[in-house]
Amino acid sequence: MMQNFAKVKKKVTVTIDGVQVTVPEDTTILEAAKKAGVIIPTLCHHPDLKPRATCRVCIVEVKGQRRFQTACNTPVGEGNEIFTNTKAVREARKTVLELILADHPQDCLKCVRNQKCELQKLAYDYQIREIPFTVSAKNLPLEDSNPAIVRDMNKCIKCGRCVEVCQEVQQVAAINTAHRSEEFCISTAFEEKLADSPCVYCGQCVAVCPVGALTEKNDTARVWAALDNPELHVVVQTAPAVRVALGEEFGMPPGSITTGKMVAALKRLGFAKVFDTNFTADLTILEEGQELLQRLQEGGTLPMITSCSPGWINYIEKFYPELLPHVSTCKSPQQMFGALAKTYYAQKANLAAEKIFVVSIMPCTAKKYECTRPEMRSSGYQDVDVVLTTRELAQMIKEASLDVDTLPEAEYDAPLGLSTGAAVIFGASGGVMEAALRTVYEVVTKQDLKDVDFKMVRGLEGIKEATVDLAGTKVKIAVANGLGNAKVLLEKIKAGECDYQFIEIMACPGGCIGGGGQPFGTTVAIKKKRLEALYEIDQGSEVRKSHENPAVTQLYDEFLKKILDHEAHELLHTYYSARKD
Amino acid sequence: MSKIMPLISANCGKISPASVEDYVRAGGFSGLQKALKMPPTQIINEVKKAKLRGRGGAGYPAGSKWQQLYEIKHFPKYIVCNADEGEPGTFKDKLLLEKDPLRVIEGMTIAGYVFNAHDGYIYIRGEYAALQDDFQAAIDSAVRAGYLGDKILGTDYSYHLHIMTGAGAYVCGENSAMLNSIEGKVGRPRVKPPHLAEVGLFQQPTLVNNVESFANIPTIMQIGGEKYLSYGTVDSGGTKLICLSGNVANPGVYEVPFGLTLRDLIYDEELGGGPSGQKKIKFFHLGGQSGPCGFLSQLDTPYCYQALRDKGLSVGSGAIVVMDESVCVIDYLKAVTEFFIHESCGKCTPCREGNKQIYALLDKFAQGTASKEDYALLQRLSTLLAKASFCGLGQAAATALSTCLKNLQAEFDAHIEGRCPAGVCFTKQESGEQ
Repeated sequence: MMQNFAKVKKKVTVTIDGVQVTVPEDTTILEAAKKAGVIIPTLCHHPDLKPRATCRVCIVEVKGQRRFQTACNTPVGEGNEIFTNTKAVREARKTVLELILADHPQDCLKCVRNQKCELQKLAYDYQIREIPFTVSAKNLPLEDSNPAIVRDMNKCIKCGRCVEVCQEVQQVAAINTAHRSEEFCISTAFEEKLADSPCVYCGQCVAVCPVGALTEKNDTARVWAALDNPELHVVVQTAPAVRVALGEEFGMPPGSITTGKMVAALKRLGFAKVFDTNFTADLTILEEGQELLQRLQEGGTLPMITSCSPGWINYIEKFYPELLPHVSTCKSPQQMFGALAKTYYAQKANLAAEKIFVVSIMPCTAKKYECTRPEMRSSGYQDVDVVLTTRELAQMIKEASLDVDTLPEAEYDAPLGLSTGAAVIFGASGGVMEAALRTVYEVVTKQDLKDVDFKMVRGLEGIKEATVDLAGTKVKIAVANGLGNAKVLLEKIKAGECDYQFIEIMACPGGCIGGGGQPFGTTVAIKKKRLEALYEIDQGSEVRKSHENPAVTQLYDEFLKKILDHEAHELLHTYYSARKD
Repeated sequence: MSKIMPLISANCGKISPASVEDYVRAGGFSGLQKALKMPPTQIINEVKKAKLRGRGGAGYPAGSKWQQLYEIKHFPKYIVCNADEGEPGTFKDKLLLEKDPLRVIEGMTIAGYVFNAHDGYIYIRGEYAALQDDFQAAIDSAVRAGYLGDKILGTDYSYHLHIMTGAGAYVCGENSAMLNSIEGKVGRPRVKPPHLAEVGLFQQPTLVNNVESFANIPTIMQIGGEKYLSYGTVDSGGTKLICLSGNVANPGVYEVPFGLTLRDLIYDEELGGGPSGQKKIKFFHLGGQSGPCGFLSQLDTPYCYQALRDKGLSVGSGAIVVMDESVCVIDYLKAVTEFFIHESCGKCTPCREGNKQIYALLDKFAQGTASKEDYALLQRLSTLLAKASFCGLGQAAATALSTCLKNLQAEFDAHIEGRCPAGVCFTKQESGEQ
């Protein structure tokens, strides 16, 4: 194909602070400077997004140019002499920072991003001790009208990263820049509440915000209150992608596997039982696999699309409600867990459902919304009571002063804590598909699957496609991560140009490892590390096929088969409906 | 000999604006007729020889701009005329649009032919809404007469003109913001590179020139580049429409050859005619709010691109706003800054936050509470805006401030000491007029 012969990029040689470096043409000054040992400060720039060059912190001097150049978007030119550390540059950067700070609250100590704020770090690096300009407070009200995301526009530095990710990556366009000059701000259309906007609560805006303007709604107080209440039996479930990201909050390198430490910490926090969402991920595979086979055999709506990602569910409800029949009726693993915790587990533990308080630790902000949905009360109560993000869990561990380094590792509790390698890869884009294929293959072919690795669906690429041979039956599949990529597939379905049978969609780029509730500072490079860690866990698992999870078999035998069919169905399945105006 | 040189404004007030007949009788469309028989490269050469520099304000050599676009072999190309004349004190494009629209149409059509473009857009500022209908009438009559539209003058070349408009944001005069606005997007400047010649309107290669620049093209075609150049100076070909306003006896638009001195422009009886009142002139503001202020010691500078630049001045849009001694520089700069606070698009830090802080600092001077440190802060901010802003708007917003800081430091010092030489600042405050 043509692109295989794409022309080799020319190299250009430049000097940066006297150091000569040779880089491919089109390399930005920012990237070239790294080769000269300089990490030029940035604020509006995010490595995974297109440069906007609006904050003007990354300015440098280029010999022969009257004005400063912004390193984030300016490509180097042959023979450029670039200076990143002159008196003029340092002074100008400092002035830019002072200007931003003059328009920003001065209460770092009380900020949710204290010590994790990109503006604060620069203020420290540039030794800003006082602001020579008029500092003004805006006193804007908090926007916290929804269960997932809080917007504090007093802290917004107008970098535009959130707009970029919402418009260009997710293509949801719930927010945009509005007004001019002093009034310039990031806003929903007509300043409506996020709840009334097209927002799907994916939280990618939160993930890229450099300051404390965008955060998840903090629910740690509700969890502490439940833990402190002797009347309640508080159980917790942890999503697969949390265990490979939590360590970053405690200074461990990205991709550190912290499952044992995390379970131990949760036990020390006082949870009665520490369970695993992976258990219901395995269950999802059985239910969803069954549904797929049924649709294939009985001529149901195809392609069938996965339903695990609540940001994705919000998206299809709001943007493509006419395609809802394509979505699997399976609840997400988190909600299957909630329903079972307050029925199956309640029965086993001989507890009243109302005494059980279910907490989820999720890499996700949309899960906070999902648990409040009216469809998610099949136990007779709200099935999942509170959802915390990876970040909030880290906060609680810090608040409890637990020394994660020395904490001995612990194991999940039975039975809702037992799972397979197939479940853990749910945390990465392509994981649900791979897990489903492992099971469906064996069910359809009645043969043992020798090589369980379906590598063609792995990785961070936005859209992945493959055809799988199930003993003669060819199944065409696709995997999309990030809603902008999902949109491409949905448009194909709408146009009738889609011959897939099964599609996996995750709202966040990369899947849950890149979720809106993951530790701040997530980049593609960090996602890769988290992803590798998930496959490492899978690789090392004794059981790697969901249908071989003995605890799931036990669940069917002891519980699901004994209750009425429709009751079992209601616990694990649901229907979504249009929410388009 | 008259100092006024009506080359491109010759028809203004003398012909019926939308009448092709009148325009042709006055020599109109002969430039187009000639151009259609010339190879495009030759036309570009004439523009180069003429040393025509962009009349929008930046003064970029039009010939080079045309050459660069010509070399891009990617089609379709678009022609855009920037008629978003928003620079305060500037009303020369309005004159051309109103009184001789066919000249602008002819210039745009010649450009269209050079680049084999089939669509041209003229972005007429929202505040000129009244002009848009008349301009459309001119387009329609040019089409009817065969000078525009399908198969122009019997050739195979077809070219259509479309009027676009904004809602009055000054920043839409910045070319990339203007293209966004034409595309129906928010009028904020684009990240460059890519440059507009490569990725312009609708992502296509695009020529953007000012109204006055286009209006010069028919003349250059008629008389040739060399002759045109000879009217001006060695580096600034032809004539310039200047807009005199403020404390000057004869405000208005005048077409003058490059090379007259600023003193000629402001004091000559045929032109500005000196101060309008009894007070002496104190300073003048060149090229609109985004331009530099000039001072009495600079009056003998010839009005042309290089000579002004050597003195830290510039032609800009051609505006010359004259201030006499009744004007307080602090008060004046506050008004300028207010303008930029209002018009900043808000996307970059220096312009959004800097103008706000400049205003606060100037206000301290006006209140008599400023110190030496505040003067230094103003210097720091004016440098930052000039060197670190995202687009031309922010880069130019503090130009007047920096020239005044340098040349009227004594007046800043007086305010620090609690005196306003013009008697504006503290009296205002005392009488509660603020």
